[in-house]
Amino acid sequence: MSQAHKPDELEYYHPEEVHRVDYQPPATDWRDTPTVFRPGSFIYPSKPKDLEHIGFPNGHAWHPTDEDWKLPENWKRIIFDGMRERLQKYRSFKVFMDICVRCGACADKCHFYIGGGDPKNMPVLRAELLRSVYRHDFTTFGKILGRWAGARPLTPEVLKEWFYYFYQCTECRRCSVFCPYGIDTAEITMMGRELLHLLGLSVNWVMHPVADCYRTGNHLGIQPHGLKDTLEFFAEDVEEVTGVHIDVPINKKGADILFVTPSGDFLAEPGIYTCMGYLALFHELGLNYTWSTYASEGGNFGLFTSADMMKRLNSKMYAEAKRLGVKWILGGECGHMWRVINQYMDTMNGPPDFLEVPKSPITGTVFENARSTKMIHIMEFTADLVQHGKLELDASRNDGRRVTFHDSCNPARAMGMLEEPRQVIKAACHNFFEMPEGTIREKTFCCGGGAGLGTDENMEMRLRGGMPRGKAVQYVQDKHGVNVLAACCAIDRATLTTVCDFWAPGVKVSGITELVANALVMKGEKERELNFRKEPMRDEVEAPPADSEEHPTVEAA
Amino acid sequence: MKALVSLAAVLVLLLAAYVGVHLGDLRWLFGVVVPYFAAAVFLVGIVVKVIGWGRSPVPFRIPTTCGQQKSLPWIKQDKLDNPATGWQAMGRMALEILAFRSLFRNRETVLRDGQLAYRTNKWLWAAALAFHYSMLIIVLRHLRFFFAPIPRFVDVLTNVDGFLQVGVPGIYITSFVFLGAVTFLLARRLGWARMRYLSLPADYFPLFLFLAIGCTGLWMRHIDKVDVSQVKAAVMGLLVLAPHPPAVGWIFYAHLFCVSTLLAYFPFSKLMHLGGVFLSPTRNLANDNRARHHVNPWNRPLPVHTYAEYEDEFRDRMREAGLPLDKE
Ligand code: SF4
Ligand code: SF4
Repeated sequence: MSQAHKPDELEYYHPEEVHRVDYQPPATDWRDTPTVFRPGSFIYPSKPKDLEHIGFPNGHAWHPTDEDWKLPENWKRIIFDGMRERLQKYRSFKVFMDICVRCGACADKCHFYIGGGDPKNMPVLRAELLRSVYRHDFTTFGKILGRWAGARPLTPEVLKEWFYYFYQCTECRRCSVFCPYGIDTAEITMMGRELLHLLGLSVNWVMHPVADCYRTGNHLGIQPHGLKDTLEFFAEDVEEVTGVHIDVPINKKGADILFVTPSGDFLAEPGIYTCMGYLALFHELGLNYTWSTYASEGGNFGLFTSADMMKRLNSKMYAEAKRLGVKWILGGECGHMWRVINQYMDTMNGPPDFLEVPKSPITGTVFENARSTKMIHIMEFTADLVQHGKLELDASRNDGRRVTFHDSCNPARAMGMLEEPRQVIKAACHNFFEMPEGTIREKTFCCGGGAGLGTDENMEMRLRGGMPRGKAVQYVQDKHGVNVLAACCAIDRATLTTVCDFWAPGVKVSGITELVANALVMKGEKERELNFRKEPMRDEVEAPPADSEEHPTVEAA
Repeated sequence: MKALVSLAAVLVLLLAAYVGVHLGDLRWLFGVVVPYFAAAVFLVGIVVKVIGWGRSPVPFRIPTTCGQQKSLPWIKQDKLDNPATGWQAMGRMALEILAFRSLFRNRETVLRDGQLAYRTNKWLWAAALAFHYSMLIIVLRHLRFFFAPIPRFVDVLTNVDGFLQVGVPGIYITSFVFLGAVTFLLARRLGWARMRYLSLPADYFPLFLFLAIGCTGLWMRHIDKVDVSQVKAAVMGLLVLAPHPPAVGWIFYAHLFCVSTLLAYFPFSKLMHLGGVFLSPTRNLANDNRARHHVNPWNRPLPVHTYAEYEDEFRDRMREAGLPLDKE
């Protein structure tokens, strides 16, 4: 580790050290191994004022490294009541508490275990952290046999362990794919976090965005006039590189389509280029659509907080669609946003009978798969345009880019959107290469920073958790000369940039709509010399390594 | 240590049968009372557990999707790994329950010289399949003790199972597949540091119990041959509620005692995965959340930040920026 840097800086770590992972479990049983809060591996606590703003209980000042976490007087009662309530509300929780056989099939599937070797990051043990307490207080055998039945009493130490390891799970569900009973550790992590919240124990990186989103409509706290400035600034940038003037419709009543995308795309590179891509694409299509400042967040950190908070934040989309009188909703490139929209939105806040089944005004395609929710993904929308030849794409403009695609966890494992983005990328780029089987599609690896873990103070865990993805990128970089990692997720665009800088330096992260808009031949455009990043369009690439095949699409072995 | 405790527990069971039946004369206890009790606990326990699970609703549709969704007509949906209808979900469940689909998917993570590889590894899948199917056949074979006349399929199954025709009485292949699979599963837990670390006594106990059941069974068939007609008469007696313990050696009672223990232990243990696998919401639901409305029984209105409140806070700035307002 570098002395000149701090644990929250990338430079503090070196790949050669991080990838030397020791999988040998400690000599002590996991129940007797204390939790150590190592700088770089945990997240700072939330602020009481944020909790107060969204009506969360027991907000107080504390720090993970403190001996005393200043728990409320009756904290045990609170946890047990909370557990009982959740066992009654969720069959998943109840069944998953009972049926794990500890077969270990999930053990080496978690990126945090792979990159860190801490046995409590094996999904099975992560769940046992909670299950052991469940056994102790909710099952007959556990009450009688105690430790021999795998039970243990709830203590402040156990809470610390929960906090540490439930914030070392990105709720990516990769473990669930391999479990013979589909046990979803993400579901258990969600319950664990909800229980901790009852005691006022949560992290700032989640709660602050949640509070901001509640008030301003987006995680970043961008206020309406600020968002307008931002979008118009992007439109100017688009005009600068394309010569096409673009109007930005905001809060426009009577638009046909409400467009909602994660706010990460308003703020930082490379997400902003994707955002410019949206503007260019919608303009070119002549879409009668609108942005909203009130519902200016596609993502939903409520998902990482509690079912109730998720519902409260998500409610803005339908409310705004109704107020503006649109026909249906189009969603931008985001990962966890799509878990919420595909699996929760309609149940929580629907059915939105005031909307129409989404129908592409360009192709006439009716999206039957969103018949009830009335919201489709921009990749579904764009794949349909591509299929019908409605976009004039000059893929050669992306010839400087040798692209691979990262399936984001939620679109892959909570939706199954695998082919749509691939169809779009292949239409916009000539050079597309898959990462190795076992690291893509439903088996894809998390970026290491999802579910509210993507903050710099958690840098060590992000790099460790990002190792499997990073190494897979490095593999195609070496083999095929890949230099762009495409991802349709705003968290990915932020976190994978760090992961690539560390594990596969030289590979840049890009949204898919950025690639599309780059290739898009627009009416009235000037001679395109710059891409949206204002780099020369057909940048010279170094020749790919000798052993790489020159097919447009190569399945990596 | 955890394994030793479990092993000791099983040895105590065997010893109890030995002391009770061979040294004492507790045939009524071990041959009648305990089996009745165990059967009752098994049946009632399972029903109570499953009803308990059923009482908790499934508020959200959360299938883990393992293949392409149904979306656009030209994109081929993966019907079994990402079902869009109830029927497809049933297909997925059938594959999961009958063929252990998810275990089949297994890829072992290997880190060597800083390189990660994900190798297909089907050992657990094969052992689990061998274990469960051989157990199923063994249970079906035992139906010969429960029916007079013996159902035809039991005879056929028994003949197929014994087709090797080695030894008198002939050996059954499943007996050895079963013991082999149990031994493999045990060795996997004991010999692999990671598995040893995550295992609990409750993981070893059933395995040792299965070993004891299998070994006592083989012992009775091939070594200390038991009087099968007596056993059958006793089982039939239990079934028609006219119990009379058979006058056979203690090994039979040890076998029976272990089976009884297994039955009574079943509803309180991880063995309930037998029932739970049917109820897992990540597998048994169709991924049709956007196409069809689902109802969460405990859904309720929650405080939200309305547009009106939002505009009230930001009206001035919105007006300045030229954004449309609902209230001027
Ligand atoms: S794969 Fe499933 S059953 Fe096996 S240890 Fe993991 S959670 Fe438990
Ligand atoms: S959900 Fe993802 S991060 Fe969490 S335990 Fe499973 S594999 Fe690990």
